[in-house]
Formats: sequence, C-alpha cells, structure tokens
Amino acid sequence: MSTTAPAPTAPRTATPPTALPAPGLPAPLGAGERLALVVVAVDDSVPGVRSLSLARPDGGALPSWTPGSHLVVEVPPGAGRERRLANAYSLTGETVHPSAYTVSVLRRDPQEGAAGGSAWVHGLAVGDTVTTTAPRSAFPPVQRATRHLLVGAGIGITPLVSHLRSALRWGRDVQLVQVCRGGRGAHLDEVRALGGDRVTVLDGRAALAAHLPALLADQPIGTHLYTCGPADFMDAVLAAARALGWPESRLHLEHFGLAALDPGDPFTVTVTGGPTLEVPSGTSLLEALEQQGYDVPHLCRQGVCGECRLRVAPAASTGVHHRDLYLDDAARAAGDCLMACVSRALPDPATGRAHLEVSP
Amino acid sequence: MTSTAPDLVAGFPFPFPNATYRYSTNVEPARGVVTTPAGQWGDAVVDVDAEYHRELDERAAILEQDPSRYAVLPHMDVACWDAMLCLMRELALARPGSFDLEPVAGGARPSYRWRNRLLDIDHTFVLGDPATLPAEPLAWITSQVQEDVVLLDQRDGTLFGDAGVVTFAADWSFGFDVGMSFLEIHGPVPRIHPEGVITRAHEFLKGLQPGETYRRTNWTLTIGRRLDVSTERYPEWGPDRAMVRTVDDDAFGRLVHLRTEVQHLVRLPESGAVMFLIRSYLLPLADLARVEPWRARAADVIAELPEDMADYKGIATYRHRAAAWLRDHPHH
Ligand code: FES
Repeated sequence: MSTTAPAPTAPRTATPPTALPAPGLPAPLGAGERLALVVVAVDDSVPGVRSLSLARPDGGALPSWTPGSHLVVEVPPGAGRERRLANAYSLTGETVHPSAYTVSVLRRDPQEGAAGGSAWVHGLAVGDTVTTTAPRSAFPPVQRATRHLLVGAGIGITPLVSHLRSALRWGRDVQLVQVCRGGRGAHLDEVRALGGDRVTVLDGRAALAAHLPALLADQPIGTHLYTCGPADFMDAVLAAARALGWPESRLHLEHFGLAALDPGDPFTVTVTGGPTLEVPSGTSLLEALEQQGYDVPHLCRQGVCGECRLRVAPAASTGVHHRDLYLDDAARAAGDCLMACVSRALPDPATGRAHLEVSP
Repeated sequence: MTSTAPDLVAGFPFPFPNATYRYSTNVEPARGVVTTPAGQWGDAVVDVDAEYHRELDERAAILEQDPSRYAVLPHMDVACWDAMLCLMRELALARPGSFDLEPVAGGARPSYRWRNRLLDIDHTFVLGDPATLPAEPLAWITSQVQEDVVLLDQRDGTLFGDAGVVTFAADWSFGFDVGMSFLEIHGPVPRIHPEGVITRAHEFLKGLQPGETYRRTNWTLTIGRRLDVSTERYPEWGPDRAMVRTVDDDAFGRLVHLRTEVQHLVRLPESGAVMFLIRSYLLPLADLARVEPWRARAADVIAELPEDMADYKGIATYRHRAAAWLRDHPHH
C-alpha cells in the first residue's frame, strides 16, 4: 500500500530496543509493551482489601512512574467473565526504580453486579503471573502548586498515597485527609507513618461534612486539591470547593477514565479487491494489515503523524470510530478516511455488525 | 579535502526521507535504527560521538559568557533531578563501556553511583539531595551530554518551557522563551498553525505516558561548523549569510553545512515533565556530496522548498546556490 516515492536511504527497519540494561535498572519499554509480573506478596490485613506486590521475574528494578499513576491489569476470561477485562488500579508504592509495583484492590461482589475483576485479584496467590500495562499517569501532582491538599475516602486513598510520598520526598507542602469508618482504612497506618501531623483521619462522611468548609476555606493561594473516592464523595468535595470560589484549574479528581487504552471491539475489514480480515480486540487495523503483509506507511502509531491514512468506502462500511488526533472534523464527518493505527469500525446500530472497506 | 571525522559521516542523521520537505508532526518511537548509505543512526536517545569533548568545552564557554542560556524556574527542581537520572541512564544504554549508572540503595531516598569514564567522573549521590552533587542537577548533567535540553512543565492542559540548557540553538533564544507555552514558542513558524502541526504535536506530547520516548528530526543550513547560531549572537553569524554568496565554489562547499536536529521527547516519570532533547549534527556540503544519494536528494529538497519556509529558516539568500552546488558536484 506504499504510495510514497522510495527514499534514497534504505527503508527504516523496526529493530527492537537495544538490550540489555546495566544491572538492576529496567530496559526501556517499547510502545504499548506489556509487563509479565509475578505476585511476590499479598496483604489482606484490611478487611475487604487485598494489596498485591508485583515484581519482575528476575527481581530487577521496574520502570519509574509519576505519582498518582495506575496500572491496567489484564483479567483473563473465566468464572463467569466472558471477555478479558482491563482493570485500572492505582499504584501505591515507591515511584523511582521500584523493586515492586503495589496495588490495593477492594473486593466487589460479582453477585451484586461487579464485573469480576476484583474477585479475580482476591483469588491470586504468591507466584501467580499477572499481565499489566506499564504505569499510566492521569492524576499527576501539579509542580507549581504552593500546597497539595489530598482528600480521599475508602479505597480512593490509593492514588493519594503516592502523592503524599512524593510531596514529602521533594519537600512540598502537603496535607492529607482520609475518610474511613471505625478507624480502619486501606493504607491508614502507612499514611500516618509517612505524614505524621500532616494527616487528618475522619470517621465517616458526617465528620467530613463538618470538617470540609473550614478545611477548604483555610488554604493558601495556589493550593491544589486532589480527590479520589466514591463518585458522590468526590462530587461533595468539589461542590464545597467551588462554593468557596476555588478555580477549576486547582481541582483534580481521579475517575479512572479508560478511553485512552480501550482495546476496542473486534471488527472485520476488507481491503478493496482483497480478502476480508478479522481485527480482534487489542489489535489495531494497522497491525492486522501488516500481519497480512500489507505495507502501510506509518510513523507514530499514535494517531498523530498522519502517515497511515487509508481511504474508506462509506457505502460498504458500517461506520468509523475515529480515535486519532490528526483528522479534522470535516474529514471525520465525511467518513471516507481513517487513521489505521488507532481508529476502528463502528458497529451498525441495527445489526451490530462492525465492518470497514479500505483502500490505500 | 575534508576535516570531518569518519563517525560524523557514518552517523549523520540525513533528514530527507522524501523528495520534498513540508512541516509535519513527524514523530516516531525512539531507538529505531535507521540505516543510511553511509552508515546508521537512531539506536540511542543520547548520542556520543567524536565531538564529545569539543562540544562540551564549547557549551561551558558559552555558559560562562552568557549565563542566560541556563534557566530553571523554581518549581522545576523535581524535573531537573528527573532529567539528570534519565540522561545518565540513556548514556549508560548508549555506551555501556563509557558510562554506568548503578543503583546503590532504593526506598524513599534512593542513591546511585554514576561513572562517566570519558570525563573521569565516579560519583555517588542521593536523589533529591543537592548536597550530594557537585553542581545543580541539570547543570551537571548538561556538562556531560552533547544535547541541548528543555524541560516542559504540564499544567492547565498546556506545556510550558520552564527549564533548560540551550547553547546550540539554531536561530532562536532560550533566554527569551523561558516560561513561554509550547504554542507561544512556535508562534513565528510559518504554515504550521493553519496546518495544525503544532497543536497536534502539543496534544500528542500531553498524552505521553511515564518513560515513553519519541523522536523527530528538523533541519536547516548553517554557515561554518557553528553550533551556537542563537539569536543572541546574531551580530557574529548574521553577516555570514551575505559573505557566503561571495566566496568561490570550493569554499562554499566547505562552509555551508546541512544541519540536522534530532529531537527526542521523553515523559519524565517523577515530575511528569516532558524533556525535549535537541542534538545538532553538522555536515559540510563537500562531505554530503560524497554520498551520492544524499547529494541528489538534498539538492532536490533544498531547491523545491517554498520561499516562506526558506525565509523562516534564514537560508533564502543562498539556498539556490546550495542546491546548484550540490547538483554540480557529483562524486567521482
Ligand atoms: S502511524 Fe501516525 S497517524 Fe497512524
């Protein structure tokens, strides 16, 4: 499918990143590379919460991550789960070249409608292998903040643990409020040991409601607020802050939006005049075409460079789910082109069939 | 005759994959090896070549004369440590025999042993403790890499160039741009705004995940083997553009250099800052012409370049002569 003139240089060859690291430090990860990690410790000391430590099989250091990051853990099908799940869990441990990634997972009961990912985590044992993405950052500290005010409830304390740790390491002004019940909460002891008198523990939401107005009114200019917990809890915290005139740019919430790493649903594709191929979930159209020997020009594989544009025959296709940053609104609306590295088929609302016909 | 060391030709990142050049958001994952008719480039994020000592000496002299080339806004302290650690690691990956970063202790106060055999450095430091370093982290590490470094802070959905060491700028001024947003820094570039090149790049950079590393190339022409063609020193190099039109053909081929910038973009993990590395490579036309496919391609691209782009690159007055020179000097 190459339409560009041949370059005077030999074609770019995709070589794997040069191995291997200096002892102890991790090799650079390839784009989208998954990690196969081993469960090295489990901690069930807080009722309903399972903390997992995941390490490289060779025990070496793992890639560093930004405070507030999460791991996306692959949950295989089984035990009533029809499809593979991808669950995001906040990292709670050390950020710099850690020897393990730790996450804490609240068990949610599949009998009560949960998808079953947390139950699967609660069934893991030391020695089991878990596949994850590299850490992903969607809730980072703002470096220019004059103070970091962290307010978490329940299992929502997890992304704030790394915020607290980082603020202390770098000498940033930080305060943490943890809301839990009956003096028991995930990471409570750890947070207290780390933060000392910078940590306030409130017993239940009523205590929070009483505490919040004074807390939010009494912060220096330039304070940033970070909150994580149940949706109605975050709503209440943010509403109280807005009522006191906090600007939106100083309010941060972690809601685990997964759009960026959605593996997408399977669909079929016909290359005009050629065979029909399956594009499974987790495989891009570009990758599916490459596997069949098509040579599609590309650079970024991120939907930004514009190289991998293909024509779409709208009449023969069910619709395009554009996920790129390249095409403008007019090109999208026309539905006659797409960026193969990220975009997929949209199912026909009537039949559920998802299909594209493309040409170079 | 040539004075260019062989590794500078073999490792030259020839910037023209296509027969014409236009601005594009030409980012690709880092570390992919590109083979060229003369050799290859691209496997390392931080590149060390025969000019290592000379360029580091030059940077030190420039910084001594003009301290505004080094700037760190106060909130960029974490990003500077982050950048230092990342660059040490990249040096060790690029040249394991010359550089080594070894973790000594982990935990809340990790420490590392850093060895740079080219500069005879063997030093152990504690991350985040300035008293354990001989200089500020960004100043220290940029005295050990040939790359210019700009650190971009991300806040309110925007990237700001809030720290850096830039001594080898091609016709811009870091001192002037410190604290400006990514979009403001690129304000004067023609064509890129209507074409969305910079807004796309900005969106892309904002979405980079911890440790992710991409690269792109840019290019211009420079007269003489002059790395520092910054706005600040325009009075020194500006007149060369007129001078070069009057020299004879031999001198022209030795004076005019194709300048490639290999830019790497790294999401630093601890601070969440984006690190921009800019490495400048210079190859005189006389050497370029010895590699036949480079000579022909460069002649085509330079001749075809639209006038507004040539103007912005500051090469409008002599680029047609450069293209003609390349056409007239096939290698025998
Ligand atoms: S490869 Fe860059 S947009 Fe698809």
